[in-house]
Amino acid sequence: MTAEDASDADRTPSDRADVCVVGAGPAGALVAHRLAERGRDVVVLEAGPRFEFENREERMERAIRPAHDELTVWDMGGERDRYTSSGEWYYPLNHARVKGVGGSTLHWQGMVMRHHRSDFDRRTQDGVAADWPIDYEDLRPYYGSAETEMGVAGASDNPFAPPREEPYPLPAFEPSYSDSLFAEACERLGVTMHTVPNARNSEGYDDRSACVGYGTCKPVCPSGAKYSADVHVEKAEAEGARVIDRAPVQRLVTDESGERVEAAVYATPDGVEHRQEAREVVLACGGVEIPRLLLLSESSAHPDGLANSSGAVGRYFMEHLFAGAGGVLDRETRQNHVGFLTSESHQFYDDPGQSTSGTDGGVPASDADLGPIKLEFLNYAGPSPVEMALHSDDWGDELLAQLRDSYGTHVAMGGLVGQLPRKENRITLDRSRTDDHGNPVPDIQWSIDARTRRTIERANEIQRSVLEELGATDVSVIGPDRTGPAYHHMGTTRMGTDPTESVVNPNLRTHDVRNLSIASSSVFVTSGAVNPTLTIAALALKCADHVDERL
Amino acid sequence: MELTRRDALAALSGAGIVVGGTASALRRNPISFEEQSTSLPSGEEVMETLVAVADLVYPSAISNVREFVVGYAGTRMAERAAYRSGVRDAVADLDSYTAVHFDAERFAGLDASDRSVLLDQLGVRTADPSPEGTITQRVRYYLVNELLYALYASPTGGELVGIENPQGHPGGPTSYRQGPPE
Repeated sequence: MTAEDASDADRTPSDRADVCVVGAGPAGALVAHRLAERGRDVVVLEAGPRFEFENREERMERAIRPAHDELTVWDMGGERDRYTSSGEWYYPLNHARVKGVGGSTLHWQGMVMRHHRSDFDRRTQDGVAADWPIDYEDLRPYYGSAETEMGVAGASDNPFAPPREEPYPLPAFEPSYSDSLFAEACERLGVTMHTVPNARNSEGYDDRSACVGYGTCKPVCPSGAKYSADVHVEKAEAEGARVIDRAPVQRLVTDESGERVEAAVYATPDGVEHRQEAREVVLACGGVEIPRLLLLSESSAHPDGLANSSGAVGRYFMEHLFAGAGGVLDRETRQNHVGFLTSESHQFYDDPGQSTSGTDGGVPASDADLGPIKLEFLNYAGPSPVEMALHSDDWGDELLAQLRDSYGTHVAMGGLVGQLPRKENRITLDRSRTDDHGNPVPDIQWSIDARTRRTIERANEIQRSVLEELGATDVSVIGPDRTGPAYHHMGTTRMGTDPTESVVNPNLRTHDVRNLSIASSSVFVTSGAVNPTLTIAALALKCADHVDERL
Repeated sequence: MELTRRDALAALSGAGIVVGGTASALRRNPISFEEQSTSLPSGEEVMETLVAVADLVYPSAISNVREFVVGYAGTRMAERAAYRSGVRDAVADLDSYTAVHFDAERFAGLDASDRSVLLDQLGVRTADPSPEGTITQRVRYYLVNELLYALYASPTGGELVGIENPQGHPGGPTSYRQGPPE
């Protein structure tokens, strides 16, 4: 099965468009829907295909069965998606994204939490990185709207989260059985657990089914209970927006003054280039393709790339790093029934070095300089029996014995640590390699800093304390030398008030180009340690408001 | 533990082949291929081969294998053209190999110990499955792994291991909250 072929679709430009949105992931879908709802003429250009919903079970099977490369689940890779990773650390870009209607929400986990207040003031709070030019209060109403749009299941039981007025639109998923085992140990140590806000239906919502427990959320939810942005693409189309798939934007062209984008030039599968003109252009194609497109759009008015008078386009690339620890218990732990999380702890977010004290001990303090930590209690520790069976060299009774021996007693904790923005972590163009349209490919230069390493170590220290208290044996740790990226691309067109240091202003409009906005985690100034998509969605809704005002 | 038609249905609905269906949607008999071929196996022969492989790769605690395999693989062959041609070609190649290396015309005609020896000799145990690979890889993919997927993504297969809602099976969002059975 390859990407759905809709070769007969009309991919010619619209005569008149108020807004051209580049990218049909969560940011682009929400911007398009919000503006179309208000009567604006919207055209969305998406590089990848539309995926048929009814093929999701087959994609899930590819994800479980070992014959199929992970990239084939959503048809990633090949000439279209070529890239270079020339930095100190290898970056597996194509595992970190999906191109198509719905974007990377097709393969995401679906955790949606608000940034903490401190994330907007990292310089003021910790003396590192920079402050955002907006704060939590500016985003607060948009966070609420984003939760309603996506259908977030959650509870207001997180004492460390920023304030909220409204309850979540859906009740939280109940804690798992293994959460109850962790809860006993955490109580003894004084570590607070709470629910996880999930963009996943705990009951029917928005004409989508409740979760039915396929257990394969990442990378495929066959039931559609997990939110993915194709939902808002369809809503936008119902409001009159046009979505052109398999239409990668090649470059943006400005007028003679260089102050306005005139058109987005895009290619179609028949090899023809088209120009989509629009009064306003919104880039929503992620933290790697946005800077790449700006750099590809260099001109005499913008010799270093469009909207790049600051030189910040592509710089300050940030990721969240995974920190984890797992082991086995002498009891059954009931893992791998579902593919999502039901408990986490933000206790060490704003005070990562704190000691804790419970009914029988505690986590020791650390006086190191640390960043925020988000801790997770996993529901899918250890092997999935079906995946293990498909890889095994044993059959029959031997296989069953092996599965029984391996499955059933694992526990694990995960966690996220956000790295600091550093100029040298960046996306550039690799002019020695080209994609299927002859454009230079993105080059990711990535490494992590000492503070981030220390924070991962601190997360491991807390995780080890909990596992030890739980009585886990065979404990193994994913620390700074084994960590990997969480596939969150942030920072590459940062927001700011100073045009010499940032790419977009607090209204998400580029400083240099009057009708060009960016809705993406690429505008993040710092990464925080929570999953970014709710903030992406909130920023997209804010961006739509500002675009609408200008129109 | 007996494999039921419900298991076959569950495995198929997990694969998106039977949606919202009932056990009556399952096949009770092997399919007949539309195109007759003297060189390729018939629907009945493909099914016999799958049952013969299941006899090796399924644990002895499982009963009612034939009905399960006919219901699962038969329906899958009827509904998914790529599987139908892939499994048929794999069985044809497996039978050719059998004819050359063993004193039998068909793999399904060998006794259990010869079947096991043959698959080991062919390297199927350690092969990387592939739908477009060598005969060994295709036997692993279309026969062995197809059957293992059907079993261990079904509630009965999962329960044998201790997980009543295995990955790939839409067994609802409640079992993860429950403790182990008393």
